[in-house]
Amino acid sequence: MRATVAAPSTPRTIAIGPSLTRTTIVLGGGAILVLGVLVLAVAIGSVGVGLDDTVGILAHRLLGLPLAHTWAPWMEQVIFDVRLPRVLTAMLVGGGLALAGTVFQALLRNPMADPYIIGTASGASLGAIAGLMAPVLVPGLLIGAGSSWLGLGVVQLLAFGGGLGTVLLVYAVSRANGRVPVVTLLLTGYAVSAVLAAGVAMLMFLSGQRLGAIFGWLMGSLAGARWIDLAFAAPLLGLSATLLVVRWRRLNLLLLGEGAAAHLGLDVEREKLALTVLASLATSTVVAISGTIGFVGLVVPHVLRLAVGPDHRLLLPASVLYGAALLALADLGARLAGGIPVGIVTALIGAPFFIWLLRRSRTLRPVVVP
Amino acid sequence: MSAPVQLDALASLTGVSFSYPLPDGRSREVLRSVDLRLPRGELVALVGTNGSGKTTLLRLLTGILRPDAGDVSFDGRRIGDWRRLELARRVAVLPQQLDLPVGFRVAELVEMGRAPHARRLFASTEADEQAVIRALADADALDLADRFAEELSGGERQRLLVAMALAQEPDLLLLDEPTLHLDLAHQVALLTAIRRLRDQRGLTVLAVLHDLNLAAAFAPRIAVLDGGRVVADGTPDEVLRPELVRRVFGVAVDEALTADGRRHLALRAP
Repeated sequence: MRATVAAPSTPRTIAIGPSLTRTTIVLGGGAILVLGVLVLAVAIGSVGVGLDDTVGILAHRLLGLPLAHTWAPWMEQVIFDVRLPRVLTAMLVGGGLALAGTVFQALLRNPMADPYIIGTASGASLGAIAGLMAPVLVPGLLIGAGSSWLGLGVVQLLAFGGGLGTVLLVYAVSRANGRVPVVTLLLTGYAVSAVLAAGVAMLMFLSGQRLGAIFGWLMGSLAGARWIDLAFAAPLLGLSATLLVVRWRRLNLLLLGEGAAAHLGLDVEREKLALTVLASLATSTVVAISGTIGFVGLVVPHVLRLAVGPDHRLLLPASVLYGAALLALADLGARLAGGIPVGIVTALIGAPFFIWLLRRSRTLRPVVVP
Repeated sequence: MSAPVQLDALASLTGVSFSYPLPDGRSREVLRSVDLRLPRGELVALVGTNGSGKTTLLRLLTGILRPDAGDVSFDGRRIGDWRRLELARRVAVLPQQLDLPVGFRVAELVEMGRAPHARRLFASTEADEQAVIRALADADALDLADRFAEELSGGERQRLLVAMALAQEPDLLLLDEPTLHLDLAHQVALLTAIRRLRDQRGLTVLAVLHDLNLAAAFAPRIAVLDGGRVVADGTPDEVLRPELVRRVFGVAVDEALTADGRRHLALRAP
């Protein structure tokens, strides 16, 4: 917004907050990018379906438009049952990870923070691997990698519970005198992660033939995406993302430091807990359906902070949109590269890009200057 | 046990003691049964040596710290009974230190001072914008509005912090060394603006100042903290006597009369 003031010398305009034009360009551009990537990623695959047919099928099935069927029934099947859930899953995961990364970087005021930093990844990994190994660990028991509850696999449920549970544990352990100092939270998260990582390593050592499946999960993959997983993840992500995006003002205040945020009316400890729980809920949800895909949650927030600025009013929704488009593109790359896990693609492209960014901007913008 | 809440002052400390806990389980007493009343519209300078408890006293008034004994109250209610957001609409603090996030422009940071008054989810209101511009003008920071915080000099940064506190449109303004890093012209400009706000809008101000002559020139009342107690409280002429300066600061000064008849303290050459 803009307002005019008659300053002592000349009348002038002072910009407060992102202008309407900038907001439109950033968020409108992001939405168009997401739609474009959606159509492209659904159309491209081992058997190609023309862009016109892809758009037709999507419009017919998603929007219910009464279109003439210019496509073969198998095309509809491929698009709707195989590729669309996978692309949508990639978008949910990418958007969720980028959003959680942005929140954790601001909350912990640490540029190295990513969605996994206080224990989500190690907790979810241990849960998922325990799920993958259940028949080995508990012979004769009927639960196992193949069993399901409400259509969701044991692996997904254990990963979700492990991730969220670990963060809550880390948070509780870090609490002293009603306060959770950010540094204690980071260090406790690191220590608890180390213990859980030892458990992961132990299970991998014992895993025998299942090592391949475990490794695939740890690298992160979207190959197994199904509608049922989306039905589980989408509401949880929608809820946590909405509650995070409306907290932009509080995240901005936390950048000033906890003391100043309190002077400006923020109940700091309550807000830190709310942000941690919401961001960890988003992270655990996406990790449960995709494994631990790296770099998206670290790199996307930094790139966007350079591109659109640090104001969370714009940064949070932008993280969702651009994170979604980026991971769908990376997954398209993974499919075209012969079906390798998408985590390999994000690491292979994300890490060098991050280094390039670091060198180009000399210092990556720190979140705050003390 | 608690003393009666004082209704006539905007803010008051009554018999307040406070200790910081030490890692070895003991505690360090910082304030000892301090009484201080801040009537509405008064401008009070708080002076004292480093570590005498000035900042702690300010933090007790913001409700960030709770007293071990005694009462801190604001507008007739104990400070602990205020909700943080309600208090932030009426009490603003200029802290000694503040982290400034990178990449924000000065006007955007000043707008953060409007956070306690926020009414809309994503937009700011007309009232917010007017308050931001007034705060920038009052802090003599209009020329900084479009600059990035990380590019500011120490003094410019200080003007930004003052503008942020003023944007809160408080009734009580707590300033912890507001003249830090400011050149003489900006020290005078800032304190003149603060005094004008008190005259025009009835703002109540408690300012920690180190320059005794500056305090005497701008504050009608000066309170002196020494060893966790208020050892003097009154007009500059009553308070700033050479014997008190020697006792509190251990520094020898002479007093002289200014052209307009006020007392002035001059450091004796070593």
